[in-house]
Amino acid sequence: MKLFALATVAFSIMVAGASADPIADRKENMKERGALMRILAPVAQGQQPFDAATVLDALEKLSANAEAATDIDALWPAGTESGDTKSSPRIWEDRAGYQAASDKFAADTAAAVEAAPQDIDAYRAVFGPVAANCGTCHEGYRL
Amino acid sequence: MSIIRKLLLTGAGIAIAGGAALWFLSAPQTLDGAALAALGPGDAGRGEQVFWASGCASCHAAPGATGDDRLSLAGGVRLETPFGTFVAPNISQHPRDGIGGWSAQNLANAMMRGVSPDGSHYYPAFPYTSYVRMEPSDIADLHAFMTTLPQVEGAAAGHELAFPFNMRRGLGLWKRLYLDGAPAVALDNPSDQIARGQYLVEGPGHCGECHTPRNAIGGTDTAQWLAGAAAAEGTGNVPNITTGEGGIGDWSEADIVALLESGFTPDFDSVGGAMASVVRNMAELPQSDREAVAAYLKAIPGHPNGY
Repeated sequence: MKLFALATVAFSIMVAGASADPIADRKENMKERGALMRILAPVAQGQQPFDAATVLDALEKLSANAEAATDIDALWPAGTESGDTKSSPRIWEDRAGYQAASDKFAADTAAAVEAAPQDIDAYRAVFGPVAANCGTCHEGYRL
Repeated sequence: MSIIRKLLLTGAGIAIAGGAALWFLSAPQTLDGAALAALGPGDAGRGEQVFWASGCASCHAAPGATGDDRLSLAGGVRLETPFGTFVAPNISQHPRDGIGGWSAQNLANAMMRGVSPDGSHYYPAFPYTSYVRMEPSDIADLHAFMTTLPQVEGAAAGHELAFPFNMRRGLGLWKRLYLDGAPAVALDNPSDQIARGQYLVEGPGHCGECHTPRNAIGGTDTAQWLAGAAAAEGTGNVPNITTGEGGIGDWSEADIVALLESGFTPDFDSVGGAMASVVRNMAELPQSDREAVAAYLKAIPGHPNGY
């Protein structure tokens, strides 16, 4: 009975982890990230006023989003290299490099949440390193 | 003498004359004395700005390099194109493997005429068709700056090209068609700012090399200047950066400046691929130069997508 319960748990984890459409899932992840950047970046650029609560809320969501994308085997499994995707083949060729880049983005974002910036200068200091990840990753791993 | 023999001899004569003409027409042409005199002494401080404006590090430093690694110009970047694979050479100051022994004149002939110090043609993967529009004094400043950069040992591999593209001499004919240094677009009485933008985009920035479509033999189609193009490397398209349909007509000049500085588009996507490195270069320039580029892009004719 105990074995059956364990098997059920294991099975549900597998089902939850293995989506039917990883390409759609990763696009959704990136879209959510883009929407959060549209809140965060204009504040850093001085186009929108700094509000600590708004910024922290967006940073927390970005951190959860980044953490989800560190599971590269779920979002970029073998067999999803082609199709309607702008993911570069390098994601599969340089697995360790891509994992490291994903982990770095998650770590930088978590650090920004941890810092909980209370003014625009403190915010820019933590948001800059977060935003730098976008270009680094798109340079090497997006077509 | 039979008719056939006469015909054969005439044919051979034409072939020899034609070959001689082609050989003459394909000869590498170096800069004239006036252009070389205009080089001047060169200023390393100003040359650093020319270095970033010209995008040297994008191909000659290691891929994805940041910080001081972008000044380590060992080459080795591979450009895989329909003509074959071009490998960026070592242009560090190493006297044997790089260009440590070059004079400003050597650099000017390379960048503005596509001719090496030993008098052979470079392939236009090296964007001399854009650099030809540069001021000689900028080349001299760039040369002065480059002499302050590190020596990196190790020659880069050679290009991997199939016949007929492996025949460098033939590039002399190609240059007669496409290396003229004329402005890519005619602007009616441009402001100083737009003129500066034109210089940066059409000259050192060599934006048109990727953003303008090319014909079957690799000449850029200036009738569709900056209209976007199928990527020369790999798959995908290089975006239309004119104000035409599919382009950036709904971007403000401030949007363009922000992209060149941070890499973010107006909807906060972040540019990738080769453009990520271009943004690192452009971010090193004064704000006024980024603004000049934006003003120029808004001033040129709009085209629908060129791909």
